[in-house]
Amino acid sequence: MYVAVKGGEAAIANAHRLLDHERRGDPSVPELSIAQIREQMTLLVDRVMTEGSLYDPDLAALALKQARGDIIEAVFLVRAFRTTLPRFGYSQPMDTDAMFAMRRISAIYKDLPGGQVLGPTFDYTHRLIDFNLAANGEPPTPKESDSALAGMPHVTGLLDQEGLIEREPGAEEGSPVGDLTRDPLDFPAGRDLRLQALARGDEGFILALGYSTQRGFGRTHPFTGEIRVGEVEIEYVPEELGFAVLLGDVVLTECEMINQFKGSASAPPQFTRGYGLAFGRGERKAMAMALVDRALRARELGEDIKAPAQDEEFVLAHCDNLQSTGFVEHLKLPHYVDFQAELELVRRMRAAHAENRMDDEALEAAE
Amino acid sequence: MNETATASGYNFAYLDEQTKRMIRRAILKAIAIPGYQVPFASREMPMPYGWGTGGVQVTAAVLGPDDTLKVIDQGSDDTTNAVSIRKFFERTAGVKTTTKTTDASVIQTRHRVPEEKLRADQILVYQVPIPEPLRFLEPRETETRQLHALAEYGLMHVKLYEDIARHGRIATTYAYPVEVAGRYVMDPSPVPKFDNPKIGDCAALQLYGAGREKRIYAVPPHTKVKSLDFEDHPFRVQTFREPCALCAAEDVYLDEVVLDDRGGRMFVCSDTDYCEQRRTDGHRGKMLGKVPLGGEAA
Repeated sequence: MYVAVKGGEAAIANAHRLLDHERRGDPSVPELSIAQIREQMTLLVDRVMTEGSLYDPDLAALALKQARGDIIEAVFLVRAFRTTLPRFGYSQPMDTDAMFAMRRISAIYKDLPGGQVLGPTFDYTHRLIDFNLAANGEPPTPKESDSALAGMPHVTGLLDQEGLIEREPGAEEGSPVGDLTRDPLDFPAGRDLRLQALARGDEGFILALGYSTQRGFGRTHPFTGEIRVGEVEIEYVPEELGFAVLLGDVVLTECEMINQFKGSASAPPQFTRGYGLAFGRGERKAMAMALVDRALRARELGEDIKAPAQDEEFVLAHCDNLQSTGFVEHLKLPHYVDFQAELELVRRMRAAHAENRMDDEALEAAE
Repeated sequence: MNETATASGYNFAYLDEQTKRMIRRAILKAIAIPGYQVPFASREMPMPYGWGTGGVQVTAAVLGPDDTLKVIDQGSDDTTNAVSIRKFFERTAGVKTTTKTTDASVIQTRHRVPEEKLRADQILVYQVPIPEPLRFLEPRETETRQLHALAEYGLMHVKLYEDIARHGRIATTYAYPVEVAGRYVMDPSPVPKFDNPKIGDCAALQLYGAGREKRIYAVPPHTKVKSLDFEDHPFRVQTFREPCALCAAEDVYLDEVVLDDRGGRMFVCSDTDYCEQRRTDGHRGKMLGKVPLGGEAA
């Protein structure tokens, strides 16, 4: 029993043993392999990598298996593993212009250099349950195009040629980039730290905040300048070599929102930017992140701060689902010492309250 | 998704008849009170919220087996979402579809009003993301309902005035608020303000469906629709410096197409059917045949 203070150890061990048993489910159904999860639950794996802040599809798949498909639990496992890894250094900035894109769309131009490439997408599918998939999931082979994809300059770069969009407020050359996982978050936070927090933040929370800006709570007038999904090379400069070496490729989703800005005393009217980035195919996350990034730039751009999505402390302090789930679920822990103190207090106050009332009634009767 | 197995097993135009009746009642009320946002029990649809679920439900409710449907997005029949919605009704209703504005009896649109003058036997269905014109001035629904009830539109005029004070002009270019039949201020959906004059005194019935926000509103035929403005700052629509590069049309809304990354651009009709018709009629723009822009981008 839960309240049996001694003997809890055996109870916990038994509970976990039962959990392992439950996770396996019906033993007559074949067990899931890590490769199956990695290959067929790709978007789930991508999400765990993004919020776990670690690019390792096999590890994320294993975490999902261990977590019985619970996303936050899987993120938890990945983060707990990540924190044990030694830190050699930081990669070179990634060049997403050179992305080998499997998808690239822009909502602000009908056509543009490099073209609109839909790639594999749920968009424009009708959400009708495909009962055929229950019986036989073999899809037809995809069509191939003879023409190679052309270069895909960033849409924001095209706008920049006319000065219509703000220059990326870039960091100074050589200045260190903040690292949320190595230093405590301090307010006000720089954009580098805000973007890190949003990138690993809970998709549902960031999505809801982004949505709230669309509904008037901190409106940012967004247009999807561009979304691109594809492989990007990661390079690293080892100190002893002094030049960049290729570490490998990661699949990324990048979203650049373009937002109206009517100008201020110091800046002319121009479009401003919101930026979103996620591991794998995390389009929803990247879009929502870009909306919230822009909303959080309210202070920098001299806008009124009225809505939750513009409130840096509110957003950054609550977007991490491990922190949220940890603290919400900690309410399951025994609290009976504190509760005992409260019980005692409430009893005492009730007694005092009753006494006062009796005194009052006696007084009224006397009058 | 499987293309053949789904069409059967669903009612005509996807929604069941009871739902359609509910939507039609909302539509009738909306027609009776022009510009008023009628709440309706919006259904879950097999496409995401914000992608036209309101328009699709309204279309499904007004569509009959003899109708001919046209679907446009950004003025074009070939944009992905328009293709998707047109296919949806081909599959679930089996109605005839067309890209020609003049041949259509029901036109579902996102972000544009066709250039061609609409007729009394046509219905134009708008997809609406945010039906509340006051939403960005007052985020709370409880407040905005009251403002509409009292016809208290001072907020909106102050907003437009502040635009003029700051920028010397009204800085709203799309979803430009209109007053309908002298009473309700209405969001014409995010059409460019260029299209606002076409909404007033239109021969066709115009219906607006917002699925996520669960509202339907309407502009009945030949209703007075006035874009909000001031005497000394009258409402004006966008104008373009050059005509369409393909069909030489003037006084139409144009899309800017980026040709290269060296600043090359061209302007073409946003209404692709209108442009095609003009080219068929022999109008020739200065870049016709010079750029590979016959088909539209996917």
